[in-house]
Amino acid sequence: MADAAKMQISDEVAIQITGMNKWYGQFHVLRDINMTVQRGERIVICGPSGSGKSTLIRCINRLEEHQQGQIIVDGTELTNDLKNIDKVRSEVGMVFQHFNLFPHLTILENLTLAPIWVRKVPKREAEETAMYFLQKVKIPEQAHKYPGQLSGGQQQRVAIARSLCMKPRIMLFDEPTSALDPEMIKEVLDTMIQLAQEGMTMICVTHEMGFAQAVANRVIFMDQGQIVEQNEPKEFFSNPKSDRTKLFLSQILGH
Amino acid sequence: MSETHAQTVGFTRNDMLPPLPPPVTERGAIKWLRENLFSTPLNIALTLFGIAVIYLLLQSALPWWLNSVWNAESLSQCREIVAANAGPDASGACWAMIRERWHQFLFGFYPPEEWWRPVLAFGLLFAALAPVLYSGQKRSLTILLCGVLAYLVLTLYLAGASGVVFALALLLVLGMLGLAQVQPGKLLWFTLLYPALTFWLLWGGSIWSPIVAMAGFAVLYGVFRLASPLIGLAPAAGAGVVAAVLWWLYIDVPVVEMLQSALPFSIPAIASDQFGGFLLAIVIGVTGISFSLPIGILLALGRQSDMLIVKWLSVGFIEFIRGVPLITLLFTASLLLQYFLPPGTNFDIILRVIILVTLFAAAYLAEVIRGGLAALPSGQYEAADALGLDYWRAQRLIILPQALKISIPAIVSTFIGLFKDTTLVAFVGLMDPLKGVTQIVRADIDWKGIYWEPYIFVGAIFFLICFGMSRYSMYLERKLKTDHR
Repeated sequence: MADAAKMQISDEVAIQITGMNKWYGQFHVLRDINMTVQRGERIVICGPSGSGKSTLIRCINRLEEHQQGQIIVDGTELTNDLKNIDKVRSEVGMVFQHFNLFPHLTILENLTLAPIWVRKVPKREAEETAMYFLQKVKIPEQAHKYPGQLSGGQQQRVAIARSLCMKPRIMLFDEPTSALDPEMIKEVLDTMIQLAQEGMTMICVTHEMGFAQAVANRVIFMDQGQIVEQNEPKEFFSNPKSDRTKLFLSQILGH
Repeated sequence: MSETHAQTVGFTRNDMLPPLPPPVTERGAIKWLRENLFSTPLNIALTLFGIAVIYLLLQSALPWWLNSVWNAESLSQCREIVAANAGPDASGACWAMIRERWHQFLFGFYPPEEWWRPVLAFGLLFAALAPVLYSGQKRSLTILLCGVLAYLVLTLYLAGASGVVFALALLLVLGMLGLAQVQPGKLLWFTLLYPALTFWLLWGGSIWSPIVAMAGFAVLYGVFRLASPLIGLAPAAGAGVVAAVLWWLYIDVPVVEMLQSALPFSIPAIASDQFGGFLLAIVIGVTGISFSLPIGILLALGRQSDMLIVKWLSVGFIEFIRGVPLITLLFTASLLLQYFLPPGTNFDIILRVIILVTLFAAAYLAEVIRGGLAALPSGQYEAADALGLDYWRAQRLIILPQALKISIPAIVSTFIGLFKDTTLVAFVGLMDPLKGVTQIVRADIDWKGIYWEPYIFVGAIFFLICFGMSRYSMYLERKLKTDHR
């Protein structure tokens, strides 16, 4: 497993969220979120379903709009300014629960599309980068197939490679293994661990507590739209402070 | 039989059984008949009933087809020939009418010495469609272009085109064939020029009018490029459109006259009321189809837009057009449109009809495409957004290719409907093949009383064209099937 000491965390702030609130109509989904992510940090967010953890990370690249407070990503504040939003999005990679690969394009085209059209990288160069990352997620031989021909685990690794092709400074993972068969979870987690070891700033919404213990430097527990507890993994798992956290941990670690 | 060790409980097979053919009732035609035609008492009854119906139809219609007459000068002569050949009570088809009047079904009153122009335009239509229909597929492209070449050689010869036209047309198609081998993508330039070329070929007049009209698009693009760094994309596009409209309204005609007096070159002008038959149907149909798709896409996107005014305009337009019969719009085209236009402008009737048919089809297409857009999982939008693609790129690269693919069957249905609806232009006095031309033929003293033949002929041609579109859409669906579900 990963050697946490190797993974450097710098003082530079990657993401700064202050006093953020969000509502869906009358429903208050995110309540007074305050959170600072340093560059190089690996953060795992967990919590019961409906606790707002996915919504929180979707706010970081503005797939969801927040109504109050401030989110600053890499020095750029997220407002209604479309230019800023596109800038942040091209610096922040996102991996989804259901992969969301583009089914009408081959794997290689999936990987080169954004670099070519957003980063304006020449096609040849984009393909080289794509092959490099496909090699890294260990499926270079699938480059010319379509997403529908791959297994779930392979698709999710392609999705990770697709994000990496944009050379992002931050990666967001939204329950990346929840839609996978148990035996495919490992191959995806291995890819994510490898990424963490290379010093990528990562925020993962996941229920894989083994992954949290192995690579996270901080675990955040959310309930009812609020951050209930956050701590380094060892403390978090062995000595949870709040009753809600204890209950949650007993439920997911109990079996 | 093999030894089965009947005295013991255990069982061991000593020699393996060879495979045997299935019984007769489970094989070939008999099996097929049993399963498909005679599987239940109800099916047996239906099969027998079906056979009886087919027999009755053939019994009454077959003699009519078999007694067909191809050589005659009038319907009464046809009937005499049928009576002489098959007895006084026999009936027979009189295809001699088609033999004599085929050109009116195809060209209307287009002057015979100019037939080479629509013939050429029709051949080049496929050359222009080739790069769109078979993008990047060299083999299909080459086959289609060779077909166009063969068609042009034959029909231009039959239409008596002059040597210069013959040489130019063949050179053009040969050049495209060559280009298809090296850079098939470049063929799209011809597709862009084709509308102007065809407009000039069909209506004739000075060669400068299509060129100067196309220059309007260059003006649009130039203004857009110059203005976009100064005032932003959307206002620049608006300014470009305004500039182009001004160009067409005020500068177009004087420039054409000037160029024509300096460098005169023209072919005889043909007025719109001489157009007719399938020439008219295809002109309206093809123009309507090619312009309604982009407008339909924009309307579908507009309907989903976050911008309230854009959304309401799109919804209002779609609902209005869909709520009104096409005939109403055509009457508007022929009568009312004149009142709304600046005095002095005389809009061509075919052009007016084309505009309204296009808008009509666009409203239907917008709803069809909206269905395709709605069928896409929201994850596709999110993934495109998360990669930093802006709205138009996300639409063009991710959303529309998938949404259009889902909607292909419905889009082609709309196209087929549009093409068949072109016959409705008969109601505003244009000579469509079904009503207009047939009426003219039936009004002729020689062919008075002919009934089935013209409709069968026109119907058969419509069927061929629509069936072709339908087959192409199925091919396209197969080609684009990448989801492997």
